[in-house]
Amino acid sequence: MLSNIKFDDIWTATYETLYMTIIALIGTAILGVLLGLLLYLTSKDGIWESKTANAVVASIVNVFRAIPFIILILLLFPFTDFIIGTVRGPTAALPALIIGSAPFYGRLAEIAFREVDKGVVEAAHSMGAKTRTIIFKVLLPESMPALISGLTVTAIALIGFTAMAGVIGAGGLGDFAYFYGFQRRQFDVVLLCTILILVIVFIIQFIGDLTSNKIDKR
Amino acid sequence: MISIKGLRKVFTSENKELTAVDDLTLDIKEGEIFGVIGYSGAGKSTFIRLLNRLEEPSSGNVVIDKQEITALKANELRTARQDIGMIFQHFNLLWSRTVEDNIAFPLEIAGVPKAERVNRVQELIRLVGLSGREKAYPSQLSGGQKQRVGIARALANNPKVLLCDEATSALDPETTNAILDLLVDINQNLGLTIILITHEMHVIRKICHRVAVMEQGKIVEQGDVLEVFTHPKEKVTKKFVAQVMGSDEHDQSEELYYLIENFKKGKLIRLHFLGETTNQTLISQLAKNFPVDINILQGKITQTQAGGYGTLVIQFSGDSSEIEKAIQFIQKETSVEVEVIKDAK
Repeated sequence: MLSNIKFDDIWTATYETLYMTIIALIGTAILGVLLGLLLYLTSKDGIWESKTANAVVASIVNVFRAIPFIILILLLFPFTDFIIGTVRGPTAALPALIIGSAPFYGRLAEIAFREVDKGVVEAAHSMGAKTRTIIFKVLLPESMPALISGLTVTAIALIGFTAMAGVIGAGGLGDFAYFYGFQRRQFDVVLLCTILILVIVFIIQFIGDLTSNKIDKR
Repeated sequence: MISIKGLRKVFTSENKELTAVDDLTLDIKEGEIFGVIGYSGAGKSTFIRLLNRLEEPSSGNVVIDKQEITALKANELRTARQDIGMIFQHFNLLWSRTVEDNIAFPLEIAGVPKAERVNRVQELIRLVGLSGREKAYPSQLSGGQKQRVGIARALANNPKVLLCDEATSALDPETTNAILDLLVDINQNLGLTIILITHEMHVIRKICHRVAVMEQGKIVEQGDVLEVFTHPKEKVTKKFVAQVMGSDEHDQSEELYYLIENFKKGKLIRLHFLGETTNQTLISQLAKNFPVDINILQGKITQTQAGGYGTLVIQFSGDSSEIEKAIQFIQKETSVEVEVIKDAK
């Protein structure tokens, strides 16, 4: 047991997984909140109510959500090559990871905004608040617990995506488990990678739940 | 102060049209507490939202303090709204902010500098009686305290007008009274014009100077609160008045019949209080000044902003010339009307 494991390589792979997850998560959070805001504000009775704009954003979100992730990576090869300069390594996985998970998070963010008490938004209007004020001082703070727990769910899905991206050359624990574990019949390596991924998932879930509860003053 | 002309709001949904506010014209004077009462669905909630254009009117115009609200562009409207405070049935506080931060919110919107904001918030917290609860979150407050935060928030930018949207409907009767007292204080001390909508006649009776009764988007009756109380014309108004006076007329006359039947000596008199403020100790004055016996038999007096209103049935006994003098005293010195029901000689 564990006789096949080179710990240096495992740590590198773990680091790559964490790197991909964290950077992609930041990108997903920003892009997802933007998409969620657009969906919310352009919806019926929204501040920027527009059937057309809403339909456009919604269809972009739905299309990217519908494409299986492994195919999305392949589709994005030219785009990745153009902005990153390569299609291999953890950094090259980032565009696909962000584009793959932002629409999902965008929907969660939209739901979070919908749950903000309409009366509070109305009260802000009655005080003469600008749209910007309503977004930054009402919508975002009031929906923060839901935004955080949505981000936790998204982060865990993202770890799954990084493992898939690993198989086609992004590195990380998924890559390691496949090439050094599965293909060389070293199942202790597969097992260890699994355990490491589970640990990362549990830690993220724990941090997410804790933060969400702590900021929720309802 | 506030002049509303031909105000109208039509909601359209799937080919159906609903006129929530129908050609409404109204004038509200500076410094008065004006109540609009109606059952749910009467359009009063839409009406109050039209005043600061939380609902866009379909037609008509609203002028507040010489400014035509209905003619303002979006950015002008935002500035104008800072002069119009509003409080809500469900308080609509930000749960993510503490009491002081909630009150500071409109000041942030108006671009008040931080140091000034802190002072103003302290002032407001004292004004609404929430000292010591500055750092609490709304979830830690009772309903009455939440509404106090709502009031402080609405007053933050020194508005000229306060709109109250069913501000006490979610509160228990005791808390309702405390909040109403606070509104009267604010009205008297700050000279603020208050418009409130409600479905509770009790609220109108307790604090309003004038009242309008709304039904199906129209104002069916309006006037001074006392006038509307004493001479309600419309059926809906009569129902609202009965809400407060509990005066199911039928009931009262039955009781009175019983009194008259068993009445043996002296004079049976009904006193009508129509906003008596100067002689609030009428009964004890009578007892002190005239050698007559007074027996209180039945009555219901309620306090309005214009004084006591209601009826009191009393029995006078003693020397008939003294009784006569007492009656003359009431007629000459007070605004209380005297009605002799039965005279047993």
